[in-house]
Amino acid sequence: MRNLRLALDIAITHLLAKKRQTIIAMLGVMFGISMFIVMISFMQGVNQFTLDLALDGSPHVRIYNPIKNDRTSIIEQQNPDADALYVVHHQKPKSELPKIKNGMRILHELEQWPGVQQAAPNLSTQVFYNSGSVQFAGNMIGCDILKENVLYDLENKMVEGNLEDLLTNTDGILLGDELAEKMNVKVGDRISISTPQGNLLLMRVVGTFSFGFSAVDGIRSYATLASVQKILQKDPQYITDLVIRLEDYTQAKALAKTLTTIYGYTAEDWETTNAAILAGEVIRNVMTFVVSLAMLVVAGFGIYNIMNMSIINKLKDIAILKATGFESRNIVSIFLMQSIIIGLLGGILGVMVGGFFSYLISITPFPSGTGFNIPTFPVLFEVKYYVLGIVFGFLTTLFAGWFPSRRASKVDPVAIIRG
Amino acid sequence: MQTILKADNIVKHFYQPEPFEVLKGVSFEAKKGEFLSVIGKSGCGKSTLLYILSTLDTDYQGSLQMNGETLTGLTQNALSRFRNEHLGFVFQFHYLLPEFTALKNVMLPALKLGKYSDKEIEERAYEKLSWMDMQDYALKPASRLSGGQQQRVAIARALVNDPAIIMGDEPTGNLDQANTQIIFDIFMKLSKENGQTIIAVTHDTDFASASDRIIEMSDGTVIN
Repeated sequence: MRNLRLALDIAITHLLAKKRQTIIAMLGVMFGISMFIVMISFMQGVNQFTLDLALDGSPHVRIYNPIKNDRTSIIEQQNPDADALYVVHHQKPKSELPKIKNGMRILHELEQWPGVQQAAPNLSTQVFYNSGSVQFAGNMIGCDILKENVLYDLENKMVEGNLEDLLTNTDGILLGDELAEKMNVKVGDRISISTPQGNLLLMRVVGTFSFGFSAVDGIRSYATLASVQKILQKDPQYITDLVIRLEDYTQAKALAKTLTTIYGYTAEDWETTNAAILAGEVIRNVMTFVVSLAMLVVAGFGIYNIMNMSIINKLKDIAILKATGFESRNIVSIFLMQSIIIGLLGGILGVMVGGFFSYLISITPFPSGTGFNIPTFPVLFEVKYYVLGIVFGFLTTLFAGWFPSRRASKVDPVAIIRG
Repeated sequence: MQTILKADNIVKHFYQPEPFEVLKGVSFEAKKGEFLSVIGKSGCGKSTLLYILSTLDTDYQGSLQMNGETLTGLTQNALSRFRNEHLGFVFQFHYLLPEFTALKNVMLPALKLGKYSDKEIEERAYEKLSWMDMQDYALKPASRLSGGQQQRVAIARALVNDPAIIMGDEPTGNLDQANTQIIFDIFMKLSKENGQTIIAVTHDTDFASASDRIIEMSDGTVIN
């Protein structure tokens, strides 16, 4: 302890005697750490943003009845012989309705399910929005708007009009704001909608909403279940999807699996639905760590160089310290401490500068017209990144200072003193 | 009188640039309170002998005892501790740590030894500096002192742990006549009043002849 205090005393004196060198070494660490902080805060912010996007735009679990093409052919069903090989060319999917049979009962069961916050029935169909002689392709979702609101927080996504107006207008429709703009319609206007089967329906726009990205706002519309059943000419029990919001979205994958086996329909969790968006996360994480590591390695080499130079300048001092009774490990501590002090101070400066630049990024307006509707760049401020930054700075300098310090402790005092 | 240092048949080889026997079996003893001078021509091995006696150089054959302890074969760390406590050094080129004050330079070996509290160490360092008549310069950085002043601070540093033996490699080598006399008087006083053994390698025959005993070396052996 006493020896460490003495080593610290000598280390600090050495650092103060060479202020410029010390500051340059510290700046190296500072740049490395601040870069790390900026990178990780920004990248994690983007990750969080895409996660929110994925969770916002899709239900945690969606149950639907996919059109299957892999059914066994009739000839196989009639002659179930394991050794026989039947080949049926160009088998077409059966004209089957993508209907969830007994959907309302399943819905009722799902609403009682532990961990399920809200389940809602959907009837989604492809439609054309007719704007004069032009048709815009899109999809229309028939839903119970109050339940849908719990799932997607639609209330806060409304740009114009009210959700409840959908309940009072039997022919009401909510349009995505980009879609409404394309069609040049406002709340109160009437639009005509046609289905792929050729059915036509006139509806009244009662509101517009915005999810914040074109993939939804440019194509989607909401109407009551009854309206969509009417345009499709289906019975009042006809629904195609059941969508679920969970209390804990990380449970979605497990629940989806369970629901698939219980009901026999495909249950898809949000991660699978948004695989394309979420794939970027892994890439961003790898990139963050590679770039940060590179910066830290560069800073580490800087310290290694500076410490080496400083030891060459201090050969006489080392010799004299050893001659007057300092042991090898005392010499190691003297130089290692210089390195650690540089690392810690550089690290602390680094997180401060990093925090400042992260803040600058977080108030920089996000360029519009990119399909995402956010005011500024997404940046995540989390204490653990800052702690990690200081720890990294400390470890880098510890590592970079170790070898020069070892070298210093191996200096042969006789060789130096004899000249 | 008590024997404080005993060197027995010390043999030392240099291998660079070519194998060469520098010391060919040097044996001698030093008594407590003795002021010894080692003289000889350049290259006769007197400095080499001193570095072996100082325990800094461990690459030799033969045996070395000091203060009743056999030092040959000890680890570097054990030797460091021994040097710290029992040996004082004065080198030709002062070798103070330039970033530290004169006082701090004197204190460092004592702080390392840790026998006294920081405050006592400071008092003792002041005392040693005042022996050298350097107390007024205590708080000056070492790099601002003149050669003679630096050498006196270096002697104060050598004394701070009250070592049994003080070794000097040309301690007056680059000092003028007046400073040489001051340093000589200090050494004499230390050996007579404190009973500390002084071993000084020197070229200066006046300096040597005034000391208690002269060891003359030639070609790696003691001739006188």
